[in-house]
Amino acid sequence: MTTLFTILFDGVAYGMLLFVLACGLAVTLGLMNFVNLAHGAFAMTGGYVCAVLVNNSGWPFFAALPLAFVSSALIGVVLERSLYRHLYTRSHLDQVLFSIGLTFMSVASVDYIMGSSRIFIKLPSALEGQFDFFGVGIGRYRLMIIVICGLLTVALQLILAKTRFGSRLRAAVDDPRAASGLGINVPQVFAFTFAFGCGLAGLGGALSAEILGLDPYFPLKFMIYFLIVVTVGGSSSITGPFLASLLLGIGDVAGKYYVPKLGPFVIYTIMIVILIWRPNGLFGRAATR
Amino acid sequence: MSIRSQMLLAAGAVAGVLALAPASAQDAVKIGLILPMTGGQASTGKQIDNAVKLYMQQNGDTVAGRKIEIILKDDAAVPDNTKRLAQELIVNDKVNFIAGFGVTPAALAAAPLATQGKIPQIVMAAGTSIITERSPYIVRTSFTLAQSSTIIGDWAAKNGIKKVATLTSDYAPGNDALNFFRQNFTAGGGEIVEEVKVPLANPDFAPFLQRMKDSKPDAVFVFVPAGQGGNFMKQYAERGLDKSGIKVIGPGDVMDDDLLNGMGDAALGTVTAHLYSTAHPSAANKEFVAAYKKAFNSRPGFMAVGGYDGIRLIYEALKKTGGKTDGDALIEAMKGMKWESPRGPISIDPETRDIVQNIYIRKVEKVDGELYNVEFATFEAVKDSGKTKK
Repeated sequence: MTTLFTILFDGVAYGMLLFVLACGLAVTLGLMNFVNLAHGAFAMTGGYVCAVLVNNSGWPFFAALPLAFVSSALIGVVLERSLYRHLYTRSHLDQVLFSIGLTFMSVASVDYIMGSSRIFIKLPSALEGQFDFFGVGIGRYRLMIIVICGLLTVALQLILAKTRFGSRLRAAVDDPRAASGLGINVPQVFAFTFAFGCGLAGLGGALSAEILGLDPYFPLKFMIYFLIVVTVGGSSSITGPFLASLLLGIGDVAGKYYVPKLGPFVIYTIMIVILIWRPNGLFGRAATR
Repeated sequence: MSIRSQMLLAAGAVAGVLALAPASAQDAVKIGLILPMTGGQASTGKQIDNAVKLYMQQNGDTVAGRKIEIILKDDAAVPDNTKRLAQELIVNDKVNFIAGFGVTPAALAAAPLATQGKIPQIVMAAGTSIITERSPYIVRTSFTLAQSSTIIGDWAAKNGIKKVATLTSDYAPGNDALNFFRQNFTAGGGEIVEEVKVPLANPDFAPFLQRMKDSKPDAVFVFVPAGQGGNFMKQYAERGLDKSGIKVIGPGDVMDDDLLNGMGDAALGTVTAHLYSTAHPSAANKEFVAAYKKAFNSRPGFMAVGGYDGIRLIYEALKKTGGKTDGDALIEAMKGMKWESPRGPISIDPETRDIVQNIYIRKVEKVDGELYNVEFATFEAVKDSGKTKK
């Protein structure tokens, strides 16, 4: 019985991690209708920034995490202003080609600068190991992930639903022309949102180095997971991707534990079943565009 | 001219050049070195390239009156690239040897070309048993997974390990490692309580490790590609498997000297069987390690040794043939050759053209603040037991 809870706990932690990594993609794809396959590259950037700060410059891990967010967000805003915005009105194929090209460039440049071997971030010893909670093994690091990601999710939901910026963003997405007619600076809103999504990815990349491993191929290896989260969750809100991440995280971990021979297929089976049942994802709105 | 006849002509030209290639023995002896210099296997390529350079620095670039010229090509461990590059090297550059080969599929892709061109193919890294059976022109200076996996199986059965759970990556070398381990371990009276194959691109070991923990074995036998070893060890410690007294054993690839220090103290106490450790206590090795560290500012791992011995084999074979580069004569010269490598005494099996070497049982210990695989038992002159043709 206690094993069940350990599995559930690991699954939730894995799901939360997927959510932080992928929710930026849900925002760009769902809210801004832009297919950004280079999303993983921003996550990787965050991971490497954190690794360099902690391992080479001796920063404490918790001080480096916000920096991972900020640096990815900065690179995001620069690229958005210089490159991405020209492609908002282009076809999805153009966007895919552009962003996949960007991904390959990021892989090659990180390989060149940092080398191709996998790197680790030195963690404070307080985060290492497991402790027993009524017989359930709880990993300290995974617990931290759940806490950080849980807080982020609540904050995101509040920002989108309750703040003025949230309503501006939703307005800009629903009808950019009307929104700019009402005096909303649509490009600025988009740039900010894009940067924020990139920042979240960067934070996710830094958090995931310990569990998923960090190497220059990160953006390519995990692109498929991000896309699964967004397609299963539907891209109209962040609740969808959040639930989808949890479902996939728990499904993946439990599947690998209970049926290790089928392990890697479980996540894809869940995806196919859900998409047959609801082609627009769990919370997708039925083809409004 | 129609496209069809153009293609025929081109094919004819290629065949003609292939037939001529070995005969064009003039000035320099050319060695086509095909290695993964980019991509996930790049550390293998870099180590071998470094070792080859080091050997040539130490021993000069002239053998039997002929200059040695290395042509380095990057195949990124993609077999299609390997094949194309090998063909270009043989046809256009008229190389006398092809060497390197970071992964098994790459070595296999080039094998038919070695046969066709009668060019010796020196495998310096890839470790699946079948490779040397694919062409009579293949000689290997690295290792086979059967060598280390059978030995660790024997050792575990004799040293109080009764129940083992296995965790191996689901691809050819992983399956080789698992099968040879299982064969020798169960023959020695051991029992395998849990067998898990993890996907090659596996993001998170957590569920598999939890399964290992719950099956309460004496030890976990693990084989994952070199880069993933660090992740495995970290999560192994995170889950407290080290504290519940479960040992890690395996072939030595997981504890590659190249990456060992990055794994942290979690790796301490891991027992593996392998052909080479940077800490191998011989004069030849101390000299090799010192020279390598001085030149490249990093530790040589077993891949570097495979490359170092590979280029040495080429030098010695050329000395024996008096600088002649006829493929058959070179292969004959290499068969049965013996020498003292940094890893210990090694030889080339005249029947299989595969390497015969000592396999050492080592334990990860801290020496002068760094992690090393410290050898404590030796199995001498181990042949590859994984050949299909007996």
